[in-house]
Amino acid sequence: MSIFADADTRVVVQGITGKEGQFHARQCVEYGTKVVAGVTPGKGGQKMDDIPVFNSVAGAVSEAGANCSLIFVPPPFAAVAIMEAADAGIDLIVTITEGIPVLDMMRVKHYLKTTSARLIGPNCPGIITPGQAKVGIMPGPIHKPGGPIGVVSRSGTLTYEVVYQLTLQDIGQTTCIGIGGDPVNGTNFIDCLAAFEADSDTRGVVMVGEIGGSAEEQAAEFIRLNMSKPVVGFIAGMTAPPGRRMGHAGAIISGGAGTAQGKVEALKAGGAHVCEDLGRIGELCAKVF
Amino acid sequence: MKIHEYQAKQLFSEYGVAIPKGGVAESADEAKAVAETLGGFPVAVKAQIHAGGRGKGGGVKIADDIAQVIKHADAIIGMNLVTPQTGPEGQPVKRVLLEKGLNIEKELYLSLTADRESAGILIMASEAGGMDIEEVAAQTPEKIIKVHVNPLAGIYPYHCRQAAFGLNLEKELIKPFSQMLTALYKLFVDRDCSLLEINPLVITQEKELYALDAKVSFDDNALYRQKEVVEMRDFDEEDPVDVEASKYNLNYINLDGTVGNMVNGAGLAMAVMDTIKLAGAEPANFLDVGGGATAEMIENGFRLILSDKKVRAILINIFGGILRCDVLAKGVVEAAKNTEINVPLVVRMEGTNVEEGRQILAESGLDLQTARDLKDAGEKVAALV
Repeated sequence: MSIFADADTRVVVQGITGKEGQFHARQCVEYGTKVVAGVTPGKGGQKMDDIPVFNSVAGAVSEAGANCSLIFVPPPFAAVAIMEAADAGIDLIVTITEGIPVLDMMRVKHYLKTTSARLIGPNCPGIITPGQAKVGIMPGPIHKPGGPIGVVSRSGTLTYEVVYQLTLQDIGQTTCIGIGGDPVNGTNFIDCLAAFEADSDTRGVVMVGEIGGSAEEQAAEFIRLNMSKPVVGFIAGMTAPPGRRMGHAGAIISGGAGTAQGKVEALKAGGAHVCEDLGRIGELCAKVF
Repeated sequence: MKIHEYQAKQLFSEYGVAIPKGGVAESADEAKAVAETLGGFPVAVKAQIHAGGRGKGGGVKIADDIAQVIKHADAIIGMNLVTPQTGPEGQPVKRVLLEKGLNIEKELYLSLTADRESAGILIMASEAGGMDIEEVAAQTPEKIIKVHVNPLAGIYPYHCRQAAFGLNLEKELIKPFSQMLTALYKLFVDRDCSLLEINPLVITQEKELYALDAKVSFDDNALYRQKEVVEMRDFDEEDPVDVEASKYNLNYINLDGTVGNMVNGAGLAMAVMDTIKLAGAEPANFLDVGGGATAEMIENGFRLILSDKKVRAILINIFGGILRCDVLAKGVVEAAKNTEINVPLVVRMEGTNVEEGRQILAESGLDLQTARDLKDAGEKVAALV
């Protein structure tokens, strides 16, 4: 039906009384997401709208039955907030926070290996299973429930553009995931591709990458070896100059590695349908799917 | 964030990593005074700029006596140093580092980086020191030893030994090398470095290890907790436009084309640049106003784009999510009034409250074209330049 998030997802928002946390918690509720708790240390016992606030994630899990966390905690405290969620037994941790120090994320990444939690992000728009659960900051109405296409992307608004074009072509989505623009993140392209391949309702995947690192190249190899479902790929940054960081901490071409051209070629070699013109990705998807 | 060689060496010194005896000078007189304290010749006179390749541009000279120290310092301080990394415009030199020469027996390469693949710290070492390491890596990858350190566990003697034996160090050097590498690791972690590179790391005839060069850069996301590091920032080394943009919380990069563009979100901004190129024009910049752009940020973005005289048309592409299109349209109208936009403008908006946004633009009396979708936007703006 979907991957990672569905109608049974019960969300705790970490940082729910902050400006961002409050705004987006309400947006998620409005979309129909089950937001069962918030966490702000020291504000336990209060309520945000009708949502009970706890002092710790552990409290939100034991008393409100949360199984998914949405994190808006500021960068200095975000890495520890992720570990707190994992320790409390949360299955899915979605971290929106932008600007977490890379050494903190490295430690978190190794720490999470000792737990069963899945991390999405940081520095990402989150995850949405249209019509069931929106755990993130993406605009809900541009999505079309019911599938059959999965979307995975390193970027935020670029994902919205792609999803919107799909919806205009009357192509619905099973789940859309933004994995984030940081160099060290949790869930990667391959995790999502594998989950979409295994999901019976997903019939194809759109993968949106960008310059920097080698995640797209590794995904291309995975597609070649393991994907029976069609994949449409797009890579942003064909015109990006080397050595300059293009906004995202991870988006930099260094030492000739991580170029858009290299990624496009890798995806083609992996058997993906590569869209070179973002303005036409909807049309291409209509053709392929 | 980057720092100068002399600043990196001060950090090394704090952590007990040996550096050549030396000092910094901002004039030939100061250089003479520093050189006289070094107790002998030769003395290296090294331009202090952030960019690498200084030797190739004439920014590093060897002096055999005090007269040469004065001559070289005088020539280098104030020069516009052009290296392969500065670009053709070069970088003015404000100060030099003077260092006493060493009896070099062998030059090694050593670096620590924050490695995205392993989510750990990657130590790289090579016997092919002093050379362009990217070339060594490309042509003879077997000459580079890689050691991964798990940041949760930290560095242990076996990591150091793995690097030391890989470098074929003589037995007596293994212990001092391990101590040095452990100290560098501690520095890397304590100060939130993203790169720490010593090229060359030298072994002297007296069998001692010295960091002859030092390049250190830091994770921008961690600067909030690195006050001492932030104090080392040299704004003169940064592009003034970048400094201006960072003041307004904008991500701006100047490029060579003629189509200015403003987009919300880094990925979409890159994709819009690509769209402009596909439509047959060239982007003049990358500008990400972020997900939470305000009317003020839009106005500052306009100002940055218009400060680039190459710009002949501007494309605004906003996918309104949290940022509503009506709010954005008001920002554009306000900015247009306040900044005297003298080039044609193409606006494409989509998402939340798009109808209200379009109406505001239509009623504004501004000379602008609206685009249906991204493809249309690219074609319209390309037709204008």
